[in-house]
Amino acid sequence: MRTIWTVAGASFKESVRDRVPYTMVVFAVLMIAASYLISELTAGQDLKIIKDLGLAAMSIFGLVIAVFIGIGLVSKEVERKSVFGLLTKPVTRAQFILGKYLGLVTTLAVNLTVMTVAYYAVLFYMDATATAGMKASWAAPALDPRQLIAIALIMGELAMVTAVALLFSTFSSPLLSALLTSGLWVAGHFNGDLRQFEQVVDQPVVAWIARALYYVLPNLAPFNVKAEVVYGVPVSAAHVGFTLLYALIYISALLVAAVAIFRRRDFK
Amino acid sequence: MSAAIETEGLTKDFSVGFWRPRPYRALDHLTLKVAAGEVFGFLGPNGAGKSTTLKLLMQLLYPTSGEARILGRPAGDSAVRQRIGFLAENPYYYDYLTAEELLAYFARLFGYRGAEVGTRVARVLDEVGIGKERRLRLRRFSKGMTQRVGLAQALLNEPEVLFLDEPMSGLDPLARRHVRDLILGLRAKGCTVFFSSHILSDAETLCSRVGVLVQGKLVASGKLSEILAFELQGWELVVACGPQLHADLATFARTVTPLGDGHVLLHLAPDAEPDRVVAELTRRGARLVSLNPVRETLEDYFVQVVGATAARDASGVGA
Repeated sequence: MRTIWTVAGASFKESVRDRVPYTMVVFAVLMIAASYLISELTAGQDLKIIKDLGLAAMSIFGLVIAVFIGIGLVSKEVERKSVFGLLTKPVTRAQFILGKYLGLVTTLAVNLTVMTVAYYAVLFYMDATATAGMKASWAAPALDPRQLIAIALIMGELAMVTAVALLFSTFSSPLLSALLTSGLWVAGHFNGDLRQFEQVVDQPVVAWIARALYYVLPNLAPFNVKAEVVYGVPVSAAHVGFTLLYALIYISALLVAAVAIFRRRDFK
Repeated sequence: MSAAIETEGLTKDFSVGFWRPRPYRALDHLTLKVAAGEVFGFLGPNGAGKSTTLKLLMQLLYPTSGEARILGRPAGDSAVRQRIGFLAENPYYYDYLTAEELLAYFARLFGYRGAEVGTRVARVLDEVGIGKERRLRLRRFSKGMTQRVGLAQALLNEPEVLFLDEPMSGLDPLARRHVRDLILGLRAKGCTVFFSSHILSDAETLCSRVGVLVQGKLVASGKLSEILAFELQGWELVVACGPQLHADLATFARTVTPLGDGHVLLHLAPDAEPDRVVAELTRRGARLVSLNPVRETLEDYFVQVVGATAARDASGVGA
């Protein structure tokens, strides 16, 4: 376990110093701050816009960071041959994969924390400057702690996307890994439609394939509770618990597959 | 003496071609033993399979057949990795870590903790001649500096067996001298060194034994003293003399080559009695500049072996 954390620590250090994700975080923070200005232009919907834009910025920029660094986890290491130095040390290939994954998830958690602080700072300012009448018209309080549930689920989704990117990067090039991961992210958000597919097709084979895909592809829709928290609709603890448990099981399966592929791989 | 490195029928096939993949044999039944404490030079032209062999020994590649053992255990064994060092050809490390951070990271992977990490890192960086640059991020490093970092990481754990793939690549003459001295120092401490190189003069200086690999096959191996015919092949004599003597020089030598500034190079036969030739030329007004025996070099041997293999293969194809 110590070796895994050593690899994770170095991956974390390497990725937080990379300029691209750093720029993404700065950009996301700016967008969250700008949402305040945009809200000024709309009457009565100001808080909703800040929350919508802020949570969307965290989700989208988090995704870009996850894909960008996630694909670099293994495929760039293999392409640039930096993996040679590491795998000839007393490190197993499984330790390498798990360490890299933990390093990136830690990076994402730090980035998301920075964005959350910026988000709550804007909401705090909004709350402090709003009149009692304005506050009474809000669907949910500005500093509603339930928004942290939405952010926790964004983190769960990003951890899943990272595991998908990692799996692809164990056997394909960085570009292909990025394309495949982004494709799977889109598919993951429309996965629920596959379940309804059998009701609109006559061919049993097609219905069976759709059902199989529904179970195999990641189902990312349950991770999106942004609308609920913005409108103050309660999100049940059971939904959060089951969604995070699903993420844990899916990530474990992806990591087992990634290790199995990486273990037999030749590095030319 | 026990074998530090041992391979038995080690073979690696790659698949080439996208639509119709066909096997390409990069290494063909390599059987080799390197004794503990030896410096073994693994020589061969480009594409001969040297790097493939090193990657098989490091288990970065899995063999198609055959086996490799290091320090009596299967190659790739975690306990073996604790006792070996490896420098890849044209190494590349992490852009955003400094040399110090990279080595501290690797030191921790070897299990070192606390102050020992810093001590080891400082020692190896000093050994490879990296000074204040150790706090710069590696993306700023030149090829030669990266090569030095590669050497440093290979020495971190004071390895019993050191594998170096083209260690002199990208180094300036001073750094090459430094690395040569480093390897000689390791040899003196009893470290086994297995290195591949194109630079035959380095191999000649450093190795106790060499192997020559051509098209994936080991075509020759042995001690340098056995491989190289150390009998005299002739003499190289350089004299300074006036143009009036030039016509007479041909009677003493196989070939006569003017070098400019009144200097002339003479190639004498092995039995030419150079003392007598020098005395005679001095009597006629020439001045001795230098006199050197000519013996076969590793380069001569390499060219001869590689050429013979190519010729044999060509005749085989034609037959």
